Amino acid sequence: MKNIKKSYYGTAVLHDINMELSEGEIIGLVGENGAGKSTLMNILFGDEVIASTGGYEGDIFINGEKAQINSSFDALNYGIGMVHQEFSLIPGFTATENILFNREPTKKSLVSSAFGDRLDTLDRKKMKEIADDAIDKVGIKIDDDMLVQSMPVGHKQFTEIAREISKEKLKVLILDEPTAVLTEKEAETMLKSIKNLASRGIAIIFISHRLNEIMDICNKVTVIRDGVVVKTSDIDKITVDEITKYMIGREVDTKHREPRNVEGKDVIMSIKNLYVDMPGENVRDFSIDVYDGEILGIGGLAGQGKLGIPNGIMGLYDAEGDVSYKNEKINISEPMSSLKKDIAFVSEDRRGVGLLLDESLEWNISFLTMQVKDKFLKKILGKLMSFRSNEEIKEVTDHYIEALNIKCTSSKQKARELSGGNQQKVCLAKAFAMQPKFLFVSEPTRGIDVGAKALVLDALKGYNEKYGTTIVMVSSEIEELRQICDRIAIVSDGKVAGIYKATEPVEKFGALMIGAKAA
Amino acid sequence: MERIKNIIRDFGVPRFIILAFLVALFIMAPFVGADLPTQITNLLNRFSWNAVLVLAMVPMIHSGCGLNFGLPFGIIAGLLGGTISIELGFTGVQSFIMAILFATPFAIIFGYLYGVLLNHIKGGEMMVATYVGFSAVSFMCMMWLLLPYHSPTMVWGYEGKGLRTTISLEGFYDKVLSSFLEIKIGNLAIPTGAILFFAVLSFIMWSFLRTKTGTAMTAVGSNPVFAKASGVNIDRIRTLSVIMSTWLAAIGILVYEQGFGFIQLYMAPFNMALPAVSAILIGGASVNKASIANVIIGTLLFQGIVTMTPTVMNSMIHMDMSEVIRIIVSNGMILYALTRKTNDGRRA
Repeated sequence: MKNIKKSYYGTAVLHDINMELSEGEIIGLVGENGAGKSTLMNILFGDEVIASTGGYEGDIFINGEKAQINSSFDALNYGIGMVHQEFSLIPGFTATENILFNREPTKKSLVSSAFGDRLDTLDRKKMKEIADDAIDKVGIKIDDDMLVQSMPVGHKQFTEIAREISKEKLKVLILDEPTAVLTEKEAETMLKSIKNLASRGIAIIFISHRLNEIMDICNKVTVIRDGVVVKTSDIDKITVDEITKYMIGREVDTKHREPRNVEGKDVIMSIKNLYVDMPGENVRDFSIDVYDGEILGIGGLAGQGKLGIPNGIMGLYDAEGDVSYKNEKINISEPMSSLKKDIAFVSEDRRGVGLLLDESLEWNISFLTMQVKDKFLKKILGKLMSFRSNEEIKEVTDHYIEALNIKCTSSKQKARELSGGNQQKVCLAKAFAMQPKFLFVSEPTRGIDVGAKALVLDALKGYNEKYGTTIVMVSSEIEELRQICDRIAIVSDGKVAGIYKATEPVEKFGALMIGAKAA
Repeated sequence: MERIKNIIRDFGVPRFIILAFLVALFIMAPFVGADLPTQITNLLNRFSWNAVLVLAMVPMIHSGCGLNFGLPFGIIAGLLGGTISIELGFTGVQSFIMAILFATPFAIIFGYLYGVLLNHIKGGEMMVATYVGFSAVSFMCMMWLLLPYHSPTMVWGYEGKGLRTTISLEGFYDKVLSSFLEIKIGNLAIPTGAILFFAVLSFIMWSFLRTKTGTAMTAVGSNPVFAKASGVNIDRIRTLSVIMSTWLAAIGILVYEQGFGFIQLYMAPFNMALPAVSAILIGGASVNKASIANVIIGTLLFQGIVTMTPTVMNSMIHMDMSEVIRIIVSNGMILYALTRKTNDGRRA
């Protein structure tokens, strides 16, 4: 296979994109959220969204022949496979069944000879062979009989890839952020197996927000900004900083700030023997003291319980333990108990917990404050009743739209219509509007691009410095914790494995994550 | 062309079809010998009888409990209020006021129990509500016979106990609202009082949705986890919405009775939920969004069809089509709304 060329113009999303891909090549595709990466890949994979919105212009050539991709079936016929960001696996089926779904080898039976091929029996033995072979190629051990629902998240991702490569015709594989949900260890294995695939002659388009991964495995990198290819370069002729610059069109400050010494300050929150029952993120006997005015980072591998901590304290999951704030006990089964003490929470689950997707930004930003502090209400009928004060709500919303640079058409726009990064900013605005004294932030940069990430981190840092708000930030990216935190606690197996100053070398944190005891 | 398409889409295709049909009926009416002012009077009357029952849908839709198929619950509370008021010998306007007062505690108790039940079956509210409504109606069929009513206007004549299926309200609260400030111009009569009564309840509802609790109710319907994380007690808000719905249904049936002139017992509440549900859907509400405008437009359109079809159709084809059309429209609308639910579901 040689030379996919594609130009696409006429719409506002993508203008005249040209890309080339050769056999066995890994090309990294990067760009900010909303730059057009997904649209481009959807075209290539024949996603129905494209056809239903009027198709695309321009041509795709595969092996020098013009290809017309109108549906995913066409794409599969041309040998294009795609692994989506969201899993498309059937939870109740085993790995083998998922890998070969609808392509199962079959054998004739009595019934099918009478009623036609659709009633052939599955050839289980052959299925197992093909699946095992595909899993081998991926290069990780997955139990082929395991139900997908009981697999850890990383194995699901590998199963998806195995499914794609078990397709004999596969020539081009599109990987949309395959490492986003993986732990660092799993990501490493994933990258290795991607390289392995490329060496078998499969061309790979690799989309990722993690630029060092791109540097690691890609031969070439293509940067898209606002629907235009701004740069295509061989990987050894470009640096991470340059890529970032091309992506967002300006410099990003990724410098670490100098951690402050907080040990001597007052303890503002004291957590003792916390147990939280959050599926997949159980907390077992977690204790820590949080000092007034600091930014405390909580890191750790996925599934070790770091996410359970804020969720448990804010009353979203069943929890037990003693949590006191300014020497007063918090009732952790009741969200209002912490909220009334000016403790706010920005959830890692933006769409599920953080936002009213079908309501306006005004509602999203003002609701929390209205409920907790009775603000944005005006008295009518001689103080008998109080109504929402639409003017005040609009004012505060416009303030945060400007302050956090939220890209939207107006304060009346629905939260659903914003991009991931801007939704995250709305979540922050919601918490800021409450003017919290203490803020839990959970995975604030998950799934958002470098530009938005820097803004979010800056906003947190700025808020902490300006108002002295204590911030506890939970994140799986140790690098970003080191950027803004004073201290970082690593959680392993539901409890604190160790606490270091943010300036300690990454390796020390890494050792804690995988179970070593703090020195 | 594009613009017309957009306008139709915003207005909703089903609503557009029904509106067009209704307009056609009004145009045809004079040609088949129906008197237009009489028809309009009919429509306004039926609007005034039914609007409060449709309004009763709003709180539960807002809190995410879906369409209140359990409307018979509230209706039974209303019926209890009405019959008790008559039993105790109140007459005229007084009997209506007392009926409301007696119905209220029943509505609150029923609503509370119903709300607690719905909190245990989140996600399956609408189906369970339907059956709960049905069983309540059946249970009351027995109770209407057994409860110790003695008023001669209400009990079976030959035995002296057990309530009749239909009780005339003459001398009690027959037309108490409709005749209040009634405007008469030739054949046209406007039941001002009943419409005003609905307007007042609507205004209270509208105001409530703008308060802190009302805002919380809408948020609970929009995303319950978001509301919980913002410190809102979801179960309490949902129960409150169910109590409001039930109370409005109780008031709604009393308003209906004063216009209709009769109390209908036994299986009658059974048939009240579906028309109210389809009316609010025709008005443009969805399973989780509804406004007062939806109530007004929906009731007008739905009752328009119900009142206009018999007169026009019957004189045209000499056959009673009204019931058939009513059933097609109401069930068709519900089906349409339920299929739409999966299409733009919040977390599909």
